[in-house]
Amino acid sequence: MARIELDKIRHSYLANPSRDSDFALRQVSHVFEDGGAYALLGPSGCGKTTLLNIISGLLRPSHGRLLFDSHEVTGLSTQERNIAQVFQFPVIYDTMTVYDNLAFPLRNRGVAPADVDRRVRETLDMIGLADWATRKARGLTADQKQKISLGRGLVRSDVNAILFDEPLTVIDPHMKWVLRSQLKQLHHRFGYTMVYVTHDQTEALTFADQVVVMYDGGIVQIGTPADLFERPRHTFVGYFIGSPGMNVLPVAVTDATARLGSQTIQLPGAPKAASGQVELGIRPEYVRVGREGMAVTVTKVEDVGRHKVVRASLEGREIAAIIGEDDTIPAEPHMRFDPAGINIYSDSWRVEMSGRVEVGDTA
Amino acid sequence: MDKTWNNRAWFLVLPVLVLVAFSAVIPLMTVVNYSVQDTFGKNVFFWNGIDWYQELLASDRFWASMMRNLIFSGIILAIEVPLGILIALNMPRKGWGVPVCLVLMALPLLIPWNVVGTIWQVFGRNDIGLLGYYAHAIGLDYNYVQDPFDAWVTVIIMDVWHWTSLVVLLCYAGLVSIPDAFYQAAKIDGASRWAVFRYIQLPKMQRVLLIAILLRFMDSFMIYTEPFVVTGGGPGNSTTFLSIDLVKMALGEFNLGQAAAMSLVYFLIILLLSWAFYTVMTNYDTER
Repeated sequence: MARIELDKIRHSYLANPSRDSDFALRQVSHVFEDGGAYALLGPSGCGKTTLLNIISGLLRPSHGRLLFDSHEVTGLSTQERNIAQVFQFPVIYDTMTVYDNLAFPLRNRGVAPADVDRRVRETLDMIGLADWATRKARGLTADQKQKISLGRGLVRSDVNAILFDEPLTVIDPHMKWVLRSQLKQLHHRFGYTMVYVTHDQTEALTFADQVVVMYDGGIVQIGTPADLFERPRHTFVGYFIGSPGMNVLPVAVTDATARLGSQTIQLPGAPKAASGQVELGIRPEYVRVGREGMAVTVTKVEDVGRHKVVRASLEGREIAAIIGEDDTIPAEPHMRFDPAGINIYSDSWRVEMSGRVEVGDTA
Repeated sequence: MDKTWNNRAWFLVLPVLVLVAFSAVIPLMTVVNYSVQDTFGKNVFFWNGIDWYQELLASDRFWASMMRNLIFSGIILAIEVPLGILIALNMPRKGWGVPVCLVLMALPLLIPWNVVGTIWQVFGRNDIGLLGYYAHAIGLDYNYVQDPFDAWVTVIIMDVWHWTSLVVLLCYAGLVSIPDAFYQAAKIDGASRWAVFRYIQLPKMQRVLLIAILLRFMDSFMIYTEPFVVTGGGPGNSTTFLSIDLVKMALGEFNLGQAAAMSLVYFLIILLLSWAFYTVMTNYDTER
């Protein structure tokens, strides 16, 4: 296992990139600590797979350096880096048995037959396919195939990191949950460095200790799931994480008050240096619906099971609020923002507010 | 369970039935008719039983043609299949080279059989043919008209030139359907070039390869036009394949009975081999 350091990595698929928009990956500097479980989260085309392929060595970055345990590996091949990778679609060798599939990476590296056998049997136990060893791999279900892909990484005891590229895309929903918890178990027991690419926030938040949110070729926030929820550093993180996403409303700020049209909202503190376009972000979980506060027009109520999502219009802006399953909406509905959930953004980036204690903000 | 049976739908099959009857079944039955009768002319036929078949199966001539056919098909498959795979593996997957290669590969397939024959007939001639002339110029004793070995070489090279493309295109179709992730995984697993071929590319090509082998086998087993145009079955009988022999017998010697018997035996052989291939392929499918 290794500590993976990205030093000013930039990548473009074009031969002569000149503008910022030519880069699939704009500039990424980050350290994946040894034994950590990380998720790279972002929408399609944000550069997360590019970043993963750069770590695994399938792609060579156009600029920057990559270090494993402080050794530069930028120029090394995938094989020399000793990385395991699980792909979106299960990659198995159809004609081989499950056993041979797992033995394949070891045999290719010239490992002694006795060691191959020992490692393969251990790995079969780890991924729970010991009873399937002699079966041909082609007849297995998608989740078993994906386990084999993972097993081919685990079987090499010396891998530096295990990378996952949206590995649960083709898995049935109920198996997704099972596989994800098995992955977490493996991580706890053996302490692999794992990097997991996904565009599914639930997957990212449940799998990883640290979530790296990517947007438009760059990292916008790195933090624990709680950080991403409570303190989104960028309005994109607010939108992207949470269901429904964060409400973002354009406001004018003076000291510790924000004005939205004719409404005045009390902020928990005075934002420092709120210049440019200023916006107020508040998650639907922190919007209270009642008889007090700002008058709104309710447009729609969606009952999603455990709670209801209220869609309303406030000063001509759409706003969402989450209320309890049994709560009712009064005849003249009003909304109030819980100060604990208010964040202020200047040109889409979060600004600190004086007088408010920041907790757990690692970004 | 009470099902409503309505057999009137069979009437919809009728047009096809009539068409197939006129184009295949009735001509086939006339052949069957000829194969069990004999004539001394004047359009008078009499029953001859299975004599034609006995005579045919006992004749050296038939078995010699048969052997030539089997050897020819064997050589064709042994050359065209590996060569086709090799070319397909080396064709580009992306960029401007793809359409260029595809067009180049498709060209030989677009040329009619007899034209291919004529091209090679002229190409190999010692007086005006590019191949024949220069083969002589560098001291090779190449003469497909008189030397059976040279005639075989010419016919085989011609067939390879004409039909390897088919194997290439089928294999290529199989190869491009392999997702990049397989090659990436193979890199990560440290697989050698051979292992990639053996465990990724070959299994993915297996199905199209079976079809390619079936098509090439049937086509080469029925070969007629090209060798007929180039060598006319000679020198001697050295390139007389079953089909050429059959035409000689039926139209050259007007030996209708024996030719009919031979047609049917020939037909049954191809039917049997096609069935065998079909069984192998469907077995492979259910195994998946």
